[in-house]
Amino acid sequence: MIDLLTAPFVEFSFMRRALAGCVALSVGAAPVGVFLTLRRMSLMSEAMSHAILPGAAVGFLWAGLSLPAMTLGGLVAGLAVALLSGFVARSTVLREDASLAAFYLISLAAGVLLISARGSSIDLLHILFGTVLALDDDALVLLGGIATVTLVGLAVAYRPLVMECVDPLFLRSVGRASGPVHYGFLALVVLNLVGGFAALGTLLAVGLMLLPAITARFWALDLTGLMPAAVILALIASVAGLLVSYYASLPTGPAIVLAAGTLYLASMLLGPRGGLVWRLLPARHLEA
Amino acid sequence: MTAPLKHSLPGGTLHPAPGGTLVLRGLTLGYARHPAVHHLDGTILAGSLTAVVGPNGAGKSTLLKGIMGEIAPLEGEVGRSGLARQDIAYLPQAAEIDRAFPVGVFDLVAMGLWRRVGPWRSLKAYRAAVEAALAAVGLTGFERRPIGTLSGGQLRRALFARVLLQDARVILLDEPFAAIDARTTDELLGLVHGWHAEGRTVVAVLHDLDQVARHFPSTLLLAREAVAWGATQEVLTADNLRRARRLCEAWDEDAPVCRAPAAAARHDHPSHDQDHDHSHGHAA
Repeated sequence: MIDLLTAPFVEFSFMRRALAGCVALSVGAAPVGVFLTLRRMSLMSEAMSHAILPGAAVGFLWAGLSLPAMTLGGLVAGLAVALLSGFVARSTVLREDASLAAFYLISLAAGVLLISARGSSIDLLHILFGTVLALDDDALVLLGGIATVTLVGLAVAYRPLVMECVDPLFLRSVGRASGPVHYGFLALVVLNLVGGFAALGTLLAVGLMLLPAITARFWALDLTGLMPAAVILALIASVAGLLVSYYASLPTGPAIVLAAGTLYLASMLLGPRGGLVWRLLPARHLEA
Repeated sequence: MTAPLKHSLPGGTLHPAPGGTLVLRGLTLGYARHPAVHHLDGTILAGSLTAVVGPNGAGKSTLLKGIMGEIAPLEGEVGRSGLARQDIAYLPQAAEIDRAFPVGVFDLVAMGLWRRVGPWRSLKAYRAAVEAALAAVGLTGFERRPIGTLSGGQLRRALFARVLLQDARVILLDEPFAAIDARTTDELLGLVHGWHAEGRTVVAVLHDLDQVARHFPSTLLLAREAVAWGATQEVLTADNLRRARRLCEAWDEDAPVCRAPAAAARHDHPSHDQDHDHSHGHAA
């Protein structure tokens, strides 16, 4: 039994690499996802992952299926969209979601245009579903670097980030941290989406970021519980997805996200913090 | 009431004696070029306790935002006499607080320590100060309660505790007692008097004129322009109040460009010559 769980990783180095990449991604992206969901920006990351596409496409057209080129392109496109929409939201009447929607649609359309003009549908599949079973050293270094930057960034900006989430007006009134924190956080989102794009593809890049974070709300009450819970859930989903895809010969990216989705559905039903089952079996109220 | 806080804040509280005076010079604030506050001149003295009253739409909240620097003046300026942004504490009418965010009351209140602890310094040394601030607003025992479970009045109390910890020279309160029960209002008014006694400058937007008459020595009656500004009993006359209601007419989409030169506004602008010197008690 244990053998079934470990054998693929012991036997094949590509499985070990995939696992290492997914671990790095889980550790960095899941806490970012926790903040995203708490700020009601879940769908923002979905939009942002689309915004990354044209950058990745430009990198692809420039250098072929090269991870550094596609990553760099995605990073540039994602950061540009994040900064522009943040800037427009802060200096015009538009809210963040509206300005982001405008920019990501422009970006996505440009990306589709670029790929269909120059690439083939096989290339498109690569971009959409990623290359998790073919992670080379560069990719692993990249994923590890992104996870490190994310964790350090979150640790450094933790207090002002929480304040920006809870009461942005107050943070603006006591100092100048609000802008840098907001943009810094958006940069971390983009960074992790680009990392996810390398491992899982753009279409599913958001999966490991959001699903564990959303699921964590059924397991923990406050931030100090939500972030570790999200990381653990992401790790479980990664291992489970890799094993399922190995034994059933299924594509890895979707398998990992579906594993995370299964965890979500199970937690929604059974999670100790507001799971559906507990609603149906309410405990008697307290005295005070 | 704030005495325990003074002892529990490491380094003690500020002595806000120097600074804290706000000078409004031809201040015009507004939205899309339409003034909400029009050519306002006057001085809010350091250590004064001022109520801002006036009809809805008179520009009261806008004035506080202008003093804060949250919105930039269309014309004129606010002289803050060397006060930094952190020296002015501001309690907005409808705080933009995300009450669904999972933080506790302790953390919300401790935000007031930002100037002292910044992003990285430990809160450990300030634990007693936060407890004292919570005790001062009657929220002892609420430290670990998520902010989402507080009632409106309890949240208001928590925000007052945060202002306490901000230890600011100037405190701006925008309708701090709206929808608050009488007992809570009395307790919070006690805090306001405490701030006044400590020499802090306090400006509060209020609607309850009896409350203003009882607790606030000076009053600014605002209707886009200052109708009267000075000692409260001289400002809150039936005549002035009637005039304030009349002045605060509706939004005029096609209002002409205001030609009054900023500095000389009070002399050749028809609606300004009623109250030349608003700074101290000459109700027209």
